[in-house]
Amino acid sequence: MSTRMFGEPVPRTEDTRFLTGRGRYTADFEPGAAHAAFARSDLPHARILSIDTEGAKAVDGVLGVFTYQDLEGQLAERLPVLVPSDALIAPHTQYALAKDEVCYAGEVIAMVVARDRPTAEDALERIRVEYEPLTAAVSLAGAAKGEPLAHLDMADNVAGAITEEAGDVAAVFATAPHVFEWELRMERSASMPLEGRAVVARYDELEDRLLLHDATQAPTGVRFGLAMLFGMEIERVHVVAPDVGGGFGVKVIQFYPEEVMVPWAARRLRTPVKWVEDRREHFIGSNQERGQIHHVRVAAGVDGRILALEDRFEHDTGAYCSYGLILPIITAAQLPGPYKLANYRYEMRSIFTNTVPTSPYRGAGRPHAAFVMERVIEHLAGELGLDSLEVRRRNFVQPDEFPYHVGVTFQDGGPTVYDSGDYPRGLARLLDQLDLEATRAEIERGRADGRLLGLGFGAYVEGTGIGPYEGASVSIGPDGLVSVGTAHGTQGQAHETVFAQIVADELGVPMDRVRVTTGDTRRLGFGVGTYASRTAVVGGNAVLRAASEVKRQAAAVAARVMEVAPEDLVFEDGAVHVAGAPDRSIPLGRLAMASNPTRYAFGVDAEEGARLSQLAYAGGDRPLPEGSKPGLAAVEYYSPSAGVFGFGFHAAVVDVDPDTGFVRVLRYVVHHDCGRIINPMVVEGQIHGGVAQGIGGALYERIAYSPDGQILNASFMDFLMVTGAEMPRIELVHTETPSPSNPLGIKGVGEAGTIPVSAAIANALSDALGVPVDRMPMMPEDVLELLRTAPG
Amino acid sequence: MSREPREVVLTVNGRRYSARAEPRTTLADFLRDSLGLTGTHLGCEHGVCGACTVLMDGRSVRACLLFAVQAEGHELTTVEGLAPEDGQLSSLQQAFHEKHALQCGFCTPGFLLSAAELLDLKPHPTEDEVRAWLSGNLCRCTGYQNIVDAVLLASSRREEGAR
Amino acid sequence: MKPAPFDYARPRNLQEAVELLAARPDEAKILAGGQSLVPMMAFRLATPDVLIDLNGVGELEGVRLEDGALVLGAMARHRDAEDFRGLRDRCALVADAVGLIGHPAIRNRGTVGGSIAHADPAAEWPAVLTALGGSVVAAGPNGSRTIGAGELFDTYFTTTLAADEILAEVHLPLPPAGAGSAFIELARRHGDFALAGAAVVLELDGEIVAEARVVLIGVADRPFRAVTAESFLRGAAATDETLALAAASIGPEIEPMSDVHGSSDYRRHVAGVMLRRALETARSRVTA
Repeated sequence: MSTRMFGEPVPRTEDTRFLTGRGRYTADFEPGAAHAAFARSDLPHARILSIDTEGAKAVDGVLGVFTYQDLEGQLAERLPVLVPSDALIAPHTQYALAKDEVCYAGEVIAMVVARDRPTAEDALERIRVEYEPLTAAVSLAGAAKGEPLAHLDMADNVAGAITEEAGDVAAVFATAPHVFEWELRMERSASMPLEGRAVVARYDELEDRLLLHDATQAPTGVRFGLAMLFGMEIERVHVVAPDVGGGFGVKVIQFYPEEVMVPWAARRLRTPVKWVEDRREHFIGSNQERGQIHHVRVAAGVDGRILALEDRFEHDTGAYCSYGLILPIITAAQLPGPYKLANYRYEMRSIFTNTVPTSPYRGAGRPHAAFVMERVIEHLAGELGLDSLEVRRRNFVQPDEFPYHVGVTFQDGGPTVYDSGDYPRGLARLLDQLDLEATRAEIERGRADGRLLGLGFGAYVEGTGIGPYEGASVSIGPDGLVSVGTAHGTQGQAHETVFAQIVADELGVPMDRVRVTTGDTRRLGFGVGTYASRTAVVGGNAVLRAASEVKRQAAAVAARVMEVAPEDLVFEDGAVHVAGAPDRSIPLGRLAMASNPTRYAFGVDAEEGARLSQLAYAGGDRPLPEGSKPGLAAVEYYSPSAGVFGFGFHAAVVDVDPDTGFVRVLRYVVHHDCGRIINPMVVEGQIHGGVAQGIGGALYERIAYSPDGQILNASFMDFLMVTGAEMPRIELVHTETPSPSNPLGIKGVGEAGTIPVSAAIANALSDALGVPVDRMPMMPEDVLELLRTAPG
Repeated sequence: MSREPREVVLTVNGRRYSARAEPRTTLADFLRDSLGLTGTHLGCEHGVCGACTVLMDGRSVRACLLFAVQAEGHELTTVEGLAPEDGQLSSLQQAFHEKHALQCGFCTPGFLLSAAELLDLKPHPTEDEVRAWLSGNLCRCTGYQNIVDAVLLASSRREEGAR
Repeated sequence: MKPAPFDYARPRNLQEAVELLAARPDEAKILAGGQSLVPMMAFRLATPDVLIDLNGVGELEGVRLEDGALVLGAMARHRDAEDFRGLRDRCALVADAVGLIGHPAIRNRGTVGGSIAHADPAAEWPAVLTALGGSVVAAGPNGSRTIGAGELFDTYFTTTLAADEILAEVHLPLPPAGAGSAFIELARRHGDFALAGAAVVLELDGEIVAEARVVLIGVADRPFRAVTAESFLRGAAATDETLALAAASIGPEIEPMSDVHGSSDYRRHVAGVMLRRALETARSRVTA
């Protein structure tokens, strides 16, 4: 009997190549290619008066220097809005090369292609841009008032706005026993994968073929977009996302300007062109996230039940909005978290600023939502003199209330409906691991010794696994190897392993007989992308479907060959067996041959295969019976009806140095529930990494803009990603509440670890300082300043 | 004295290489572009992330902060040279595999080389020592916990091996 | 982030290096460990026409004890100092300082002379040199001269070395046996440059402070010698209160720069905290 792989901590099949230096990232392809480099705006907002490229063109080794004047047709239009929406009032996106107005420092103005990157950078220094500086809208609070304007052609800075209401908020506020109001803020941060973006394009003129290697989270979209842009037959354009060194959202946007300009240049110059983003470019030219300001009003009963909640908030979309309004929509839809808000209203405005554009960064609107909601819970508990854990419990959606309708629209455009969950059990599990009473006692002892210790909690519900769809191709070769291909790529989430686990179980083959290739449109043309914690769910279920279909095909062939009913067959150890007759079996590879009645060139296996295939179709009137296809191969798609909602609870114990404001996280305890777990080792890894980004985002990392629109910390010296020395050991417990919405019962986990961390840390700091912490992140100086306002 | 490309002769993973490099070519770019050893990764090119860490004469260095011409005559070890032979993993690589100490794999070569140096100098470090030693290597995926555990596992196996 | 082109020279000895530099003093940069210079070149914030690489100059290497002083060749790596046998017993401040420099790979490559010549006011070696009242030997076309720590640091990233001089050797007179010393700093992450820090040497005569050297980092345009705190300490009993008052005395004397990691006021405050902690640690290390 084979061991079931699903649910096991199977070590990763992709590890060996990474451990031995044989991973292949985009920059590793086309070693001899010409290199692109981009001239970028020095100013956050300006009119371009002139661009002089003569000096750059004269540099030895330069193949071409291009500006907006060189662009034609579609390429001379604004880049597309990735997620359009009727509520998007001003769908401003940037041009592939700036036309006449630049709206953030870092915006691409010109492209140099040269024999190598150093030469291209030499040429960049010789490009002269003459600007007319314009006032820049830098702070979100100022920009929200329309002062100054971020775009010359607009009368205010509102990119889009949405108001939704569930229940009757005004009526409840009019009669509620308690009404409170708070303002909460979160600053800007960034995904910051260790590998920047990269694009390598090869154009074969004879065959009219374009091959792009792209460190993207969405190769299929890039492929379709480029084919349209260049007027090429779709089958002649292929995009491969090879090994990708982390994404976390920043690589999901298509199109970044470089992503169209590099293939454009490869076609124009008839030579392979490579662009490997450097870290300086990444800080000023790759999307960021997180800046929001919330004004929240809460009506509550004396027992701490939330009767109504109204949130007016502004979202900093940066200079452009290629991702539409998705981020603030997610914030609004996920703000209620695990709590029942029968009366909930939000008014959201997405605001342009003259800063780097925004799009999802792990958590994508949710860390803000959890931060706001969890601070509300703590404020409420404080105001009413209640235990905040009790306030949480009293407001929970109860286990028997699923599916639960939140009452507002989700990011996929449908209603926000929680499929399953058990919040009281999750919180209880967390508190067990934390040992609440002992922890509280220890904190009291520490306080008696003069230490500033605090305990805080954060909760979240995360919508994952959204549509529209993903696909997978599964086939069995004559050698019995099972080949799995997907169009959506992977950036470290172990999809090669978890997809192989699903296939191994379905087809009864050992893991090492399954080969998974992700992110290659040559293997599968249709797919969507790896984002929104969706790939294991949507892609995983597509893989299961394709494997099931191949299994059905194999059973049909085996049934004919062995003259048994398909129902009597068992798939195990890479072969199909007749149930109850262990000596009667055929390896899958042989069945693959039998299913393909053609001539094989090599070996005794081939002869055997030909014999089998004759046998398989002996009774039919033609070699390939009507309704069957050659080979054991299937492409299947899975399209979920709605998202599936994971949840969890975090607890943090912090220790504040009252002299310096430095914060040490002494304990960090995580409960999470993402439905059935395919591979617990991988899930835990996702949580660990998510928490690290969360702790970074709470205490170390932020993109700091000067009032004149320049990033002050655009290097790894100054943008302080946490190291192993700052991280506490994460204690992890989990429950499994299966999703009823998909055959595997799974939910996504990719972003879960990050979402409630700022909430938990803010609550722990509030507890330690005795002062509300209503903005994040908190740097040591911020902590010290707050401490000075503490009573007593 | 010149800025023209010159021949650089050095030993990498026990093999002697010779290739031309401009003085401004960093060791990292030289390894990747001229020698085709693309396992050494560039995450920041300003000496902070540690992804380009290699061993020079047995000690860890940032390959982005050295020029190739400076490595003339030196012995380097890159991630490609860590496994005892093809198809095998070193005990450290094996521990990384078992402990799920890597996700996207981009920072992994740098961590392996930094950790290899640590275990070489101090075969049985404490957890705090591992964390401090590896604080010059950034990882954006793992949260470090499994990396630390992998180094401790490799360390504990050294002990077993010694017995 | 690729450096601009430069001419590269690799002298075999100090004499040759001095001659190379003398030929193009205003266009050349000395390449020592490269841990600060090369990042600046990658950002093209530094674009020297000539790079004179001292890494082949064997006579500039090594660490030794000589007449009660620690003598470090300019090309001694941080690691060489860290590994110097008995360093902590001889002078804890130096051992503390070396351990605070960057990360292993940085310490393997970065040099003592490079750090001092770079003159980053937040760096450790310039403060060590100042706290110990050390000196450097500068080699130029007209021979060598000795520059005391007090005269070496001019302002941010600037020394009084002439354009045609090379920092060749560093002399650190070690405090007398029995003195206590400490180097404590506050960095956001392990290995980061400090927000502020303090290097302290205390000599006690019984309870009474016989001699005190106090230097702060990250708060001025160079390592800041807090002479007011030193005078306050000298002759006073080394009580908690004295140390705290001495630490508090620096506040009005410094005007740190604000940056993204902390305002001037914050740095002033934490410099005092670091100084108090360094004084306490140094006191605890005094032996009879």
